[in-house]
Amino acid sequence: MLHATDLLGGEAYDRDGHFVGHVTELFIEPADQPNRVSRVLLGRGKFLPLVARYDTLAFVAPGIIRLNVLEKELEHYEPNEGWLSLRKDLLDQQIIDTSGRKVVRVNDIDLSEHRTHETIELRVTQVDVGLTGAARRLLHGIASANMVRGLARKLPTRVIPWEFVNLIEPDPLRRVKLRISHQKLERMHPADLADIMEDLSPAQRQSIIASVDEQTAAEALAELDKRLTTQIVETLDPEKAADILEEMYPDQAADVLADLTPESSREVLREMPGDEAREVRELLKFDENSAGGMMNTDFIFVGEKATREEVIDWINEKDVNLEQLDTVFLINEDAKFSGAVAVGRLLFAPPNEPMESLKSVPLLSVPPDAGEKEIFEIFDKYNLHSLAVVDKAGRPMGAIEVDDVVTRLRNR
Amino acid sequence: MKRAARERKVQNVAVIGEREEQKQPPDNQPPVVRWKLVPGWVEPWSALLSQWGKRTRLWRRRLLLFLAVVGPGVITSNVDNDAGGISVYSQAGAMYGYALLWSLIPMTIALYVTEEMCARMGVVTGKGLSDLIREEFGFRPTFFVILAGLVVDMGNVAAEFAGVAASMQIFGISKYISVPLAALAVWLLVLRGTYQQVEKIFLAACVLYLSYVASAFLAKPDWLAAAHDTVIPTLHMNGGYLLMMIALVGTTIAPWQFFYLQAGFVEKRVLARQYKQARADVLVGSVSCMAIVFFIIVCTGATLFVSGHHVINNAAEAAQALAPLAGKWAGALFAFGLLNASLFAASILPLSTSHVICEGMGFEAGIDNKFKEAPIFYSLYTGMIVVGAAVILIPNAPLQKILFLSQVGNGVYLPVVLIFMLLLVNRRDLMGAFVNTRTMNLVGWVTAISVISLTFILLYVSLFRSGGLP
Repeated sequence: MLHATDLLGGEAYDRDGHFVGHVTELFIEPADQPNRVSRVLLGRGKFLPLVARYDTLAFVAPGIIRLNVLEKELEHYEPNEGWLSLRKDLLDQQIIDTSGRKVVRVNDIDLSEHRTHETIELRVTQVDVGLTGAARRLLHGIASANMVRGLARKLPTRVIPWEFVNLIEPDPLRRVKLRISHQKLERMHPADLADIMEDLSPAQRQSIIASVDEQTAAEALAELDKRLTTQIVETLDPEKAADILEEMYPDQAADVLADLTPESSREVLREMPGDEAREVRELLKFDENSAGGMMNTDFIFVGEKATREEVIDWINEKDVNLEQLDTVFLINEDAKFSGAVAVGRLLFAPPNEPMESLKSVPLLSVPPDAGEKEIFEIFDKYNLHSLAVVDKAGRPMGAIEVDDVVTRLRNR
Repeated sequence: MKRAARERKVQNVAVIGEREEQKQPPDNQPPVVRWKLVPGWVEPWSALLSQWGKRTRLWRRRLLLFLAVVGPGVITSNVDNDAGGISVYSQAGAMYGYALLWSLIPMTIALYVTEEMCARMGVVTGKGLSDLIREEFGFRPTFFVILAGLVVDMGNVAAEFAGVAASMQIFGISKYISVPLAALAVWLLVLRGTYQQVEKIFLAACVLYLSYVASAFLAKPDWLAAAHDTVIPTLHMNGGYLLMMIALVGTTIAPWQFFYLQAGFVEKRVLARQYKQARADVLVGSVSCMAIVFFIIVCTGATLFVSGHHVINNAAEAAQALAPLAGKWAGALFAFGLLNASLFAASILPLSTSHVICEGMGFEAGIDNKFKEAPIFYSLYTGMIVVGAAVILIPNAPLQKILFLSQVGNGVYLPVVLIFMLLLVNRRDLMGAFVNTRTMNLVGWVTAISVISLTFILLYVSLFRSGGLP
């Protein structure tokens, strides 16, 4: 196994054994092969640097590279945005370790050698983020190679396999050229992604939000520190912001919009489709610390006379987030709120049991202007999962979920 | 709780919130609850208040914007007035009266210019100074910058605990009690807090520096003469005077403060569009820091200098000499100021240093992490406090020498940090439109070069001229 530190700064010789230059950079072309070192940049002091392709490497060892071509056959170096440079883009930079769900800094890069016919291919296998890499970087060229190796063996290693490395490139064009996709981030739990984003700089955060799909972006934003969410959404263009907010629950979207400046909030709302915008606008009218500000308008309500089977079938047809579903609300003939049924009760009820007889007692609801403290007390006293918010006429307006309560309690 | 719910089953309907419903006005307007206790009395006042509110809205808005950002600049500048600093300031006052006051104005400018660059970098890049050095200059330079920082800051931490010991001795408390207690308090403060809480405590500590203002007033100085000497430079061409001036600069601009300042703005998540507020924070910080220096010099100048008590060795001695001249309270306030400054710096220095090290080396850092998440950060932090306090507890520890050596360390380390800063702040790929303008660069480099050469003169003199400065 070789390390980028061993190669960078090493000497390169051509087929006839003439000295060509020093290795100053190693490139990968992700569009071609995600981990192969496709080109080696050879610096020659005041002369133009040359580039050696992967199929011209005949021999590679720490500090030395031998080519199978002559110096004059090598191309001159032309900068290419599509090449990932190991030294400039990777060494010392921050990356996301998608398996450990952390932001880490690259100390060294480990390469493996693959022999084909007459040439040697170098492939990036893992990045070193631990003390071994640090020791190599520090002592390279100062202590003897053997000493460094001996020391590195004694130190604990911390490496991240290349397939779990997620680069963060703030420039969107370059991101496309380098084929940096954030699919791995999309598979992460939104809360982990949010934690990662808190460790990054604003530009990097923006790059992640811009490149993951809207659903992931929405979920991560909802988990993020409020101040950061505001910052990120304000910097996005209104259209993109609207796309992301659409994926959120209306109450979350309203929370985000409430913190924006009035102008940007209006711009984002203008980009949202009519229905959703109306819902969010309604929610925005309420004081943030009242029941109206806490409630979510995405909730399930059914007639109280409906049977268990009818309700289950109806929910089945709807596109409902089942993970979050814990209560079904009931309304009577006057469309007034008349009860709440826990999903647990629903689960074990006989098929033709009317919903009416399943509802929890006592009948609990709050008006939209009920204070935060009162709501916390009700949740605590009755051990609720969700609580209905009803208007003056007794019609259901929304529901407050226990996770909203937990978030607010924690932020107090 | 569950039993209560079951008991209520009988009643079956308990609509909570009925009370409020009745209060609600018709149609969908937000309900207004008015408490008219004494109608004729409350109304005119509330009208007046709302009018006043309207008139001051712009200002309140500006103040709020500023308050959201305030912190790092004010804290950093005030921590500059640490144990070592206060010693030098009181010596300056005792030895030369008000004659050095004029140098505070150029020093304020130098402090502001250098700190502003860091604030700008923090706000624009969202990265700490050691982060940037690592990303732009590579591993090895970062490692040595950080290592030097560790050694120098370690000395500074010891110096702060020396300040704690000295000030508490004035109140008759042995250092064997005061230093361990102070170390424990400092350690717990950061271990148990979040960044927001700790910052608030630090901001409160800044207010305690006002004790120096009080002791200056108790000293009954000749304010007119002080004002005159502040505005009109008086240059004495004698070695001791120049040296004292250099020492003033050397203690005011410390290398670690740049790391702390930048990290503060990063951790506060100040945005580029809030840069104006950040700059105001830095300005308020540097001016208030220098104002405190002014009052310290005035205080010792009006008493020790006037009464011919010219040679004092440190701040604690100044406090003791102050008591018979300006009263018990002036001395006590002076000593209390020293205690506050030492404690304040002793809590920030280890924190800042371990932050810088972990950031640069890529370890988890920050007090918002738990011990398990950031073991190296917390070990470094604890280690620095323990070692710093332990050195002071050695019987007959040469406190004065520790203080002095820590200042020398600062002097050697400062140029390195300043040069890295100036190189980074000129990088267009990092700073974009916020890159230094030509004027900023001119002021920046002139400041840097004069600060660097002044500290080198100080070093030369203190190393090769016996009987030089402290």
